[in-house]
Amino acid sequence: MTGVGLALPGALGHPFFLHAVLAGAAIAAASGMIGYFLVLRAQVFTGDALGHAAFTGALAALADGVDLRLGLFAATVVIALLLGALGRSGRADDIAIGSVFAWITGLGAFFLTMYATSGGADNAGAGVRVLFGSIFGLSAKQAVTAAVVAAAVCGAVLAVFRPLLFASVDPAVAAARGVPVRVLGFVFLALVGVTAGEATQAVGSLLLLGLLAAPAGTAQRLTDNPARAFVLSAVLAVADMWGGLAASYALPSMPPSFAVVALATALYAAAFAVGPYRRRTAASRAG
Amino acid sequence: MVCVDDAAVRVGGRPLWSHVRLDIAAGEFAAVLGPNGAGKSTLIKAILGLVPTTAGSIRVLGERPGRLADRVGYLPQRRSFDADLRIRGLDIVRMGWDGDRWGLPRPGAGRAARERIAEVVDLVGASAYAHRPVGQCSGGEQQRLLIAQALVRRPELLLLDEPLDSLDLPNQAAVAALVGRICRTQGVAVVMVAHDANPILAHLDKVIYLAEGGAVAGPPREVITSETLTRLYGTPIEVLRAGDGRLVVVGQPEPPAAHTDRHASSRTEGNRRAVR
Ligand SMILES: Nc1ncnc2c1ncn2[C@@H]1O[C@H](COP(=O)(O)OP(=O)(O)OP(=O)(O)O)[C@@H](O)[C@H]1O
Ligand SMILES: [Mg+2]
Repeated sequence: MTGVGLALPGALGHPFFLHAVLAGAAIAAASGMIGYFLVLRAQVFTGDALGHAAFTGALAALADGVDLRLGLFAATVVIALLLGALGRSGRADDIAIGSVFAWITGLGAFFLTMYATSGGADNAGAGVRVLFGSIFGLSAKQAVTAAVVAAAVCGAVLAVFRPLLFASVDPAVAAARGVPVRVLGFVFLALVGVTAGEATQAVGSLLLLGLLAAPAGTAQRLTDNPARAFVLSAVLAVADMWGGLAASYALPSMPPSFAVVALATALYAAAFAVGPYRRRTAASRAG
Repeated sequence: MVCVDDAAVRVGGRPLWSHVRLDIAAGEFAAVLGPNGAGKSTLIKAILGLVPTTAGSIRVLGERPGRLADRVGYLPQRRSFDADLRIRGLDIVRMGWDGDRWGLPRPGAGRAARERIAEVVDLVGASAYAHRPVGQCSGGEQQRLLIAQALVRRPELLLLDEPLDSLDLPNQAAVAALVGRICRTQGVAVVMVAHDANPILAHLDKVIYLAEGGAVAGPPREVITSETLTRLYGTPIEVLRAGDGRLVVVGQPEPPAAHTDRHASSRTEGNRRAVR
């Protein structure tokens, strides 16, 4: 790690690395905060489904010749809300997600073929960039946009933190107290959608669960205090992001998304040997 | 505190109960009794404003139901938390304190919250396990924490749906005494749904007995009698007083063919154990 540390000051002189560090931190913080509630509400599966939606949305946009991010966010937010509408009381249930799942991924494969065959070698690489992210490829403008969107997600989660916690843990009493439990469920899903779109830009649609679920799972193993676990989840996600970026800079053969998610998973494993969501952390599927 | 005037409620398109009248003043302890499926929980939800009335009216603290939600404490029926929920009992109680507020807590608000939470946790006798993850607490321990959650904001009206449900007999008596004490000393009006009136009988000011789509309300000695229940059910019912003062209700009808406006199945077992 000392070698990585020494390499850093020089690394920050490269604009591409600086952009990745700034956008990555904001994206990771949003993922950690949203992830805390995904784990608490047992909705990690929703995040997984949104990874598929992100892939399809981004490729549909490319195939249509519009900004990739447009398709990305439209798909994740719309699918997130759709999942909520299919499930009861603003929570997406597993059966609803399972039904939407395969169909969306198939559609993504269709757009990928359409886009790849319509252009040259660069087009063919688009699928890989969406699947595994391209955080070192962010322009200054893209990085700022990603950071602003992520900061807005963080602000929104903080604003609804207490009622959302109440509604997640104890919906009947929360409703009796006047918390709009169902509306809040949809607001949360929309935020999950935006975050999934953000995380796709950083670590890719295939690995976004590593950023959404692993830090939150780690934090919940380390403390029973919800406010602390929430903050810790965000801090861990940022640490995973920065650690992964540094490792990837030091070892150029290591893709950043892999390094980020591997670090997140390693911390999770260290915090807790066997857990309910380990099966779904993306690192197990990266190989 | 609560004024239910000739109210009726429909669930799923069917009339559940009608002509329900009930008046509860500050510091009064009322029990809602009746067989399974009679609509006891629905009555509580109507008082909370979660279920609309189709006739008559309900006033809570002088307003329509749901208006003054933060002055009402509520304990829903049979809740238990996931065994691996990583939230402490203290945090569950804290949700009752400020869980419905938007935004971040004001700096310094934490101390007042912690003091008040420690106070109610102590009041319900949950101090020994309140710092443990709530999913690891026993059903009875969770129930006490949830009562603390309902109490933490010093409500003027307390609605408890079968709070004695998962408690053993000594704990039933202890929680009944606790609620009775809160009701007397702090002037809180209490409405408690119960399957068995005996553990709370000594504390009760009022009983509302729901059955067969109707209701009778009044002091327990007038309601839990052979004549009143016979009139309510429309078949002979006998209330016996055991040597120790416990009431035993016998002869409640098996699910009848005559009363067809409601579904019989859910009533079957409750009829036999409504008021033991
Ligand atoms: N949302 C609903 N839609 C349709 N039927 C409902 C609904 N809510 C309640 N019911 C029905 O209304 C009846 C009364 O329900 P309620 O929960 O009030 O009974 P209860 O007296 O509390 O019974 P228990 O002793 O079992 O708790 C039940 O038969 C139930 O099936
Ligand atoms: Mg009930």
